[in-house]
Amino acid sequence: MIGSVFRMGALVLGLMAGSLAQAGDFIVVQSTTSTQNSGLLDHILPAFEAETGIEVRVVAVGTGQAIRNAANGDGDVLLVHAKAAEEKFVAEGWGVERFDVMYNDFVLVGPASDPAGVRGGSDIVAALSAIAGAEAPFASRGDDSGTHKAELRHWASAGIDVSAASGGWYRETGSGMGATLNLAAGMGAYALSDRATWIAFGNKGDLVVAVEGDARLFNQYGVILVNPAKHPGVKAEAGQRFIDWLTGDEGQAAIAGYTLDGQQLFFPNAK
Amino acid sequence: MRDLVEESGLMIEAQGLRIARGGQRLLDVAHLRLGGPGPTVILGPNGAGKSLLLRCLHGLIGADVGAVRQNGRPLDGDERARQAMVFQRPVMLRRSVAGNLDFVLRRRGLARRQRQDRIADLLAEGGLQSRGGQSARSLSVGEAQRLAILRALATEPEVLFLDEPTSALDPGATQAIEALVLRASTRGVRIVMVTHDIGQARRLAADVVVMMGGQVVEQGPAAQVLDDPANGAVRRFLAGELIF
Amino acid sequence: MQSFAQEMQAAFTLILAGDSELLGIVALSLRVSLLAVLFAALIGMPLGAALAVGRFPGRRALVVLVNALMGLPPVVVGLLVYLMLSRSGPLGVLQLLYTPTAMIIAQVVLVTPIIAALTRQVVEMLDAEYAEQMRSLGLSRLATVPVLLWDGRVALLTAVLAGFGRAIAEVGAVIIVGGNINHVTRVMTTAIALETSKGNLALALALGAVLIGIAIAVNALVSLLGARSRAEVMAHA
Repeated sequence: MIGSVFRMGALVLGLMAGSLAQAGDFIVVQSTTSTQNSGLLDHILPAFEAETGIEVRVVAVGTGQAIRNAANGDGDVLLVHAKAAEEKFVAEGWGVERFDVMYNDFVLVGPASDPAGVRGGSDIVAALSAIAGAEAPFASRGDDSGTHKAELRHWASAGIDVSAASGGWYRETGSGMGATLNLAAGMGAYALSDRATWIAFGNKGDLVVAVEGDARLFNQYGVILVNPAKHPGVKAEAGQRFIDWLTGDEGQAAIAGYTLDGQQLFFPNAK
Repeated sequence: MRDLVEESGLMIEAQGLRIARGGQRLLDVAHLRLGGPGPTVILGPNGAGKSLLLRCLHGLIGADVGAVRQNGRPLDGDERARQAMVFQRPVMLRRSVAGNLDFVLRRRGLARRQRQDRIADLLAEGGLQSRGGQSARSLSVGEAQRLAILRALATEPEVLFLDEPTSALDPGATQAIEALVLRASTRGVRIVMVTHDIGQARRLAADVVVMMGGQVVEQGPAAQVLDDPANGAVRRFLAGELIF
Repeated sequence: MQSFAQEMQAAFTLILAGDSELLGIVALSLRVSLLAVLFAALIGMPLGAALAVGRFPGRRALVVLVNALMGLPPVVVGLLVYLMLSRSGPLGVLQLLYTPTAMIIAQVVLVTPIIAALTRQVVEMLDAEYAEQMRSLGLSRLATVPVLLWDGRVALLTAVLAGFGRAIAEVGAVIIVGGNINHVTRVMTTAIALETSKGNLALALALGAVLIGIAIAVNALVSLLGARSRAEVMAHA
């Protein structure tokens, strides 16, 4: 009886020791699913960690949640792709300063059967008008993310009120890019996706790129240091080192060097 | 009614015990004294309130009014510690036969060696020597009831209450239980046993208390009560009639 | 394009090759959920026993509440624990967010009501059977509790296994408070969620099969230990 109690105790201590051994320098980066799911971060972060010894822990959630978390002080750096929201974040004092990091573009994907007849086009607003007109199924992020905000801007440009169609041909998944693409593939719907996530996506089904190349589909990523004045616990120095690296020659080269299926997914454009 | 007062030794006295539920009188014992040297059997038809009285005497239930005193003192923890009880259906702990006895002996503060010796003695007393390591829950009802009595005796009580201990047993098991009870009695443990079996009363009782309808209707030496009761209803009960 | 079956086969090959990343994820899943269940039992069993044996005003309402809390949605628990552990929250100074400890805390909150409610039921039933006998032997109500817990150990073990099953299978709580950070807070369920969101359905399913396999293994181990201890008891006859 006593023996088994000791064995149990040793087991518990052993299990707990694993939890406690998480020391060492690290920063938390609140980012989006597109940088995570595309594999970009897995590719470029090891170089930073090897050079500085700072571990980068990435929490990949929707842009809205990432910004919220950063405002709560639950991250040291914010890396998302919703410029207006990012600038508001800084203006409200949650962030120190916003820097451009990289860009890619959004693409409109849809079923190969192309019910709205938009495939091959390069005008996103016209395409959305056609989709609305045909009442072809459309899968939206519906989650206040960068992609979602971009999508809503285009609907607004087309003068279409999608909230009226919600639940009908317009499906708001309230989920990440992957879940939304899963749904689009499953029900033969159109969807707006960032190119990186799209290329890396493993369940395309019969979805293909329908519309691309519109200048309005430009997708800019920005990085911001969470303001230590608002949250004293922020690791400002380490966080700044990361931002400097990301926007500096090495980080920019690493971003440019990441390819999938022979395609470059992100294009560095830090000033 | 003749008193059963024994001048020396343990004495239990119940005074004005009343329990009523839903307007029905379940127990109404004006005055009862128990303390004779030999086994006292509380006899009566089902529903007479015998088990209820036993539980009051052992402090398991509180009556609506009235009091129970033991050796002139109220029935507190110390006094109750001198008592033990065996129930109609034995409740065995989920451990071995020996483990059930060990449980009780540990609480009495006995050292390990003492406990082992005592367990061996008790098991031999009850004819369960070879069953020490067996799971107590795997015993037959008769064997489990024997173990329940041994476990009660392990607390070294001055009085042992038994509530219809053999009502669910076959004659062979019943005989073993009665033998165990009588042996305990000759060793000085006061026995107070409830039964509705008249034959069992004849076999075991030195004194008999007859209950009907929640009241004590007759009490006295066994021979007298069983062969020549004063109460007419008791007479009819002993003759085999159903009493309501 | 591979067929789904081919993809699954490829996924299993990857897994069975003992991928060290996968082993790390499995180890973390077990560590988080086993510790969570342990603490949940340490809290939940006395609580359940007290509810079963105690007599105090409001007891019945508390029983209803504990039973209802068995149905706490994991994602709600995750959100609540996040708000507590966030830097902006009351316990932010502890810096527990995005660590395995936070995940353990969330799962403790999730699992404790299950163990408490099931313990209460087991102990209550045993109490009905044992109460008179225990009182006769001179045990106080409080002293009866350890006896009831030990005698109900088989059913209580099932309650613990139920708690473990809940913990190892949930994703809503651990993904919010853990952040699904690679090599730090990624467990089986969050890895499955991630692979699903990347569209790697075959890999996600293969991981799911591994998760189920682990759950079966844990239950089988417990069953084996139970059988062995019963055999030991019988062997002494």
